[in-house]
Amino acid sequence: MSNQVCIEAKNLDLTFETNDGPVHALKGVDLTIKKGEFVSFIGPSGCGKTTFLRVMAALEKPTGGTITVNGMTPEEARQKRAYGYVFQAAGLYPWRTIRGNIKLPLEIMGYSKPDQEAAVERVLELVDLKGFGKKFPWQLSGGMQQRASIARALAFDADILLMDEPFGALDEIVRDHLNEQLLELWKNTNKTIGFVTHSIPEAVYLSTKIVVMSPRPGRISDVIESPLPRERPLDIRDTPEFLEVAHRVREGLRAGHAYD
Amino acid sequence: MKSVFPVLTVIAAIIVIWYGAAVNMNQQWAKDQAARADIELSFKELVADTWSQTRPVLPAPHQVMVELWNTTGAKVLQGKAMSKRSLIFHGWITLSATLLGFAIGTGAGILLAVGIVHNKAMDMSVMPWAIASQTIPILAIAPMIIVVLNSLGIQGLLPKAIISAYLSFFPVVVGMVKGLRSPSADQIDLLRTYFTSGNNMFWKLRLPASMPYLFTSLKVGMAASLVGAIVAELPTGAIRGLGARMLTGSYYGQTIQIWSALFAAAILAATLVGIIGIIQRIMLKRMGMQS
Repeated sequence: MSNQVCIEAKNLDLTFETNDGPVHALKGVDLTIKKGEFVSFIGPSGCGKTTFLRVMAALEKPTGGTITVNGMTPEEARQKRAYGYVFQAAGLYPWRTIRGNIKLPLEIMGYSKPDQEAAVERVLELVDLKGFGKKFPWQLSGGMQQRASIARALAFDADILLMDEPFGALDEIVRDHLNEQLLELWKNTNKTIGFVTHSIPEAVYLSTKIVVMSPRPGRISDVIESPLPRERPLDIRDTPEFLEVAHRVREGLRAGHAYD
Repeated sequence: MKSVFPVLTVIAAIIVIWYGAAVNMNQQWAKDQAARADIELSFKELVADTWSQTRPVLPAPHQVMVELWNTTGAKVLQGKAMSKRSLIFHGWITLSATLLGFAIGTGAGILLAVGIVHNKAMDMSVMPWAIASQTIPILAIAPMIIVVLNSLGIQGLLPKAIISAYLSFFPVVVGMVKGLRSPSADQIDLLRTYFTSGNNMFWKLRLPASMPYLFTSLKVGMAASLVGAIVAELPTGAIRGLGARMLTGSYYGQTIQIWSALFAAAILAATLVGIIGIIQRIMLKRMGMQS
């Protein structure tokens, strides 16, 4: 992990104008994410965690404050293809094979055919889907589909991976497995990961930094630097250190009236 | 193959009802004839007569089938497939207008749908007109189209094709608009994260996503096209085509001719829609969709 700043938000505001009046999705959000960090955003629905991620990806425009990604505006970072984005639903295009889906960003970004093939092979291996390239999405299980969509986000070698509750729809067993794989992948690729989740154990298990958010208006109520080592077997979740971090997250959520 | 039995049952029931109705509707004529000739018809003779009249109110199924064969297969055997008495000839006239109209209608429908999806002004302005266009009875507007185009010096196939396009563009517009708008917000956002152009959005997402909708529309549009082509032949005094065949049949009380032209049209429509269905299955299968 370096000390280079990857994403920096200062006094970020985002207000949606709706028919029922303005909704403060984000208010006065300050956060610095360093290169190579694994940052989780946790909080109840409506706390702005997904919105925050979408602002980083230039999918939403902030109404106040500043945010930089790799020192650029999010739009410029997008032009430089700085990040891959993984949505809650795998969102694979059903008319494309797994291979075709992974190629999609590469086609758009103008990779040559041999480069496309090489990248597809590389990421299929990375997410443990070798041999499934010719399948169509519906022929794969939910967990495999989500892995394919992660592969798609990895294919063009963006150094930031933004994941919006990627495992939210999966059962716990599959989720554990994918969490392990994701950590492995993070270690091997040294990417900066922004990860939105509802699950306290997931956030604590994965992250080097946990951002606890609370709703109305959406804001950060606590930022926890995890004391856990980078090497994390699944049973680290039974250690006192792990439980302590989890406890602090829960406290943070409570302090932010997130249980209201 | 499980579906064969119910289908055959329904067909058998229709045939039975049809023969019964033929007896019922044609008996008056048979009785009048018998009364004039001063003979008493037995029930058997009556039934036999109602099923074999030359100008019945309702021709019996076998009469229609025989007429169909005489005007198609038999003509081919005689080497006169394209004679004026051949339904193949008339069918081809109607088919060519149908196909041209279908092509125009589908093309126009897709273009309009693309415009509607990409342009807010078109969205607001075109759709109401498209809907309004379908509320005008085609029988009322068909002669006007023919007359207007005729005064512009356009005759023959094109006016008919335009009338058939007039009917077939609508389902394509409606289906394609729905199809082009079918991608989910996530699917669209995904492309946005790749910093992509509107072109890619269309070719890589909207168009492929619209395919199932398009094919459904094409089936409806094809059937509408055929109806349009036949209707276009009715009020214009055409002497060639399935519509003209029905019209002359009605002038001369040739009910068998009318019915055989009707059947030819139905068979033609079923074949065309079936062909689209086959293309649909191949296309969607290649696109990995479960059909």
